Amino acid sequence: MSAVSAAYVDTEHAEHHELGFLRTYVFSTDHKMIARQFLFLGLFMMILGGLLALVIRWQLAWPETAVPGLGWILTETEGILEPSTYNMAFTMHATIMIFFVVMPILAGAFGNFLIPLMIGARDMAFPFLNMLSFWVAALAGVLMLAGFFVPGGHAAAGWTSYAPLSSVTEYTGVNWGQNLWCISLFVLGISSMMGAINYITTVVNMRAPGMTLFRMPLVVWSLFITAILLLLALPVLTSGVAMLLFDRMLGTSWFRPSGGGEPLLWQHLFWYFGHPEVYILILPAMGIGSEILPVFARKPIFGYHAMAFSMIAIAFLSWIVYGHHMFVSGMNPTLGLSFMITTMIIAVPSAIKTFNWLGTLWGGRIRFTVPMLNALAFVSMFVIGGLSGIFMASTPVDIFIQDTYFIVAHIHYVVFGGSIFGAFAAIYYWFPKMFGRMTNPALGHLHFWPTFVFFNMTFFPMHILGVGGHMRRIYNPTQYEMLQPLQWWNVLITIGAIGLGLAQIPFVINFFWSLFAGRKAPVNPWNATTLEWSAPSPPPHLNWGPRLPTVHRGPYEYSVPGSSEDFLPQWEPSSAVPAGARRH
Amino acid sequence: MVSAFSVVDAPARGPARRTTGGDLPPRLPPPGGDGDGPDREPDPRRPILDNARLATLFLIVAEVMLFAGLVSGFFVLRLGAPVWPPPLEPRLPVAATAVNTLVLLASSVAMLAARRALAERDLAALARRVGVTAALGALFLTVQGFEWVRLVRFGLTVSSGAYGSTFYTLIGAHALHVLVALLWVLLTLQLIVRGRFSPDRPGMMRACAMYWHFVVLLWPVLYVTVYLL
Repeated sequence: MSAVSAAYVDTEHAEHHELGFLRTYVFSTDHKMIARQFLFLGLFMMILGGLLALVIRWQLAWPETAVPGLGWILTETEGILEPSTYNMAFTMHATIMIFFVVMPILAGAFGNFLIPLMIGARDMAFPFLNMLSFWVAALAGVLMLAGFFVPGGHAAAGWTSYAPLSSVTEYTGVNWGQNLWCISLFVLGISSMMGAINYITTVVNMRAPGMTLFRMPLVVWSLFITAILLLLALPVLTSGVAMLLFDRMLGTSWFRPSGGGEPLLWQHLFWYFGHPEVYILILPAMGIGSEILPVFARKPIFGYHAMAFSMIAIAFLSWIVYGHHMFVSGMNPTLGLSFMITTMIIAVPSAIKTFNWLGTLWGGRIRFTVPMLNALAFVSMFVIGGLSGIFMASTPVDIFIQDTYFIVAHIHYVVFGGSIFGAFAAIYYWFPKMFGRMTNPALGHLHFWPTFVFFNMTFFPMHILGVGGHMRRIYNPTQYEMLQPLQWWNVLITIGAIGLGLAQIPFVINFFWSLFAGRKAPVNPWNATTLEWSAPSPPPHLNWGPRLPTVHRGPYEYSVPGSSEDFLPQWEPSSAVPAGARRH
Repeated sequence: MVSAFSVVDAPARGPARRTTGGDLPPRLPPPGGDGDGPDREPDPRRPILDNARLATLFLIVAEVMLFAGLVSGFFVLRLGAPVWPPPLEPRLPVAATAVNTLVLLASSVAMLAARRALAERDLAALARRVGVTAALGALFLTVQGFEWVRLVRFGLTVSSGAYGSTFYTLIGAHALHVLVALLWVLLTLQLIVRGRFSPDRPGMMRACAMYWHFVVLLWPVLYVTVYLL
């Protein structure tokens, strides 16, 4: 490995030697191992977050009956959820799913795995920092899980933790749970910052020869922009969380009106972070969709530049829309109007992306593989989530439907329908490269179709509940006379949610069976053009042999007229391309 | 279809990129020996900033956002208060801190002098000037600590309302950053003194200097915001 050019590799990598078990699997500095670690962290937390969701659903469908299987945890109530436990369940469901499932899987796992492989780098710019960022994230996860075991239970003020509900212990009765929630997010912010700095530096400085910015695959663009959003948004949350923690533990008055504080300040800081956070969750999925659709439609992506610039536009606009989360906080109606208009404007770049995906599919020779199905589900579900967002953005409508199940439906169509289907698509698509084995397509279909059906059965009726006035976060809907005619929807949703949970079993079986017994993956099983498919499956330490690939063209050269194959890989030199295949 | 990649095999880099630092000597050693083969395109990449400094730049961007959150929180509380500073609260030591501000600014000047020593490859002067930077930084922190003790004795604590909350959070956050930056400077100093630093690889040293200048230049902003306004 001494021949590896020092311009691309840290000196640390110059000598290649066998590493022990600990350095290979636990404290690894290899971006691919760190990616796998983030993936397992995310999938483990997804099981926990999913079970919490089922507990919430059981309570809403059959209030105050014993939740099956919960009797051995809630021994005092024999499995019946108390209001405080219910509050804890929905708070932790959202916190875990957002911070410990979607972010680790999309930004953590796929960011780490794809960025160096797709830009032709041997590793991240700072491999040690990369390792540190995973272990700090794992520490944050442990701190967050520890909250379940402290007296008083875990945080119960919602994932948004609005002050003063969150800042005054007496209001929820939760003391150390909320403190640990703050500390965990503080620590996670440090991890995200380390990761973001690493991603940005790697993309800017470590690209292989010929890999210009506008030859980068769109998923790298999306992860690059996500990293910039993370870098700018997370510190603002960190400042807010620090204030909250100081209010709770040191007696400061940031959010305490009696001491001259301002509770609304929390909402400003939280949503200033929170709205870019939504795009942190969805942008990588958009990149993944843009990556998978051309491969299985065998067509170049429609409007590459428009795709890249629309992501930049989304990232920019995400900073000036956050007030739409606070329409009913008593803000000046004129200011509300400004936020409404900026929010409507952000629909434009999102629509550009959607139409470009449709343009990519138009006239393509579509192969309905499992990753493709998930990517198509991502596009279609994201459209529904985006459209319901327009309703929420409009202030007169929002006053009626805010804090109802309509917003719950909206967020789940975006974050489950968008991000999680994107994550499933990415797992099926890159599994061969990540683990060197193919997944089982039959089990993949058995996972996808029930997930898609039960997903819609679970979340679509929530729109109807929301318009019917069903408040979000209520403990027992049957207590309200106006909601009693709607209760059968709650039962239907819960049955859908249970189905959705069961539909994940084929995925788990497929994942672990393929990990050990799947068919060995060839180097380029999908006939794709991007650089990661030029490395062995799975790529060794430092990704390529002595020769780094050189990039000769853009990332989506499918069905080039006159070419013998229907794809031209980025790493294929021009001499291998027949003259007729050169397009002008 | 007109697209980004309609020209197959365009030059690896556009002309604009090629001229960027094109006539500067390469900061990194050239690709070693037969590394990437004869048909490899020549590598025109001269990163404008090396990895260490680029990363430090982004670290500073993140820190700016952190302090932007804290300072905007301060202004929300400050503007919401009928009288500021609140009556019956101790006054902040404006004059003593102004002198202390000069101490911190002087440390940045010392760091600039250290950079000149680095350019002249004068390691002894480099060590001396980095040492002066660290000493001035430590002096700043010590004076801040004494002022805090005095303020607490006068009755201004974290739990005495918005005034104490904002003061200790903002100034404490800055002090913590100075402390971390000071540790980084001391680590760099130790590498120089032990002879484990080469002027040929100045990346980490210059990243450290960047971060030090950041914590120094942040201070006048906080001083004006918290002490004077």
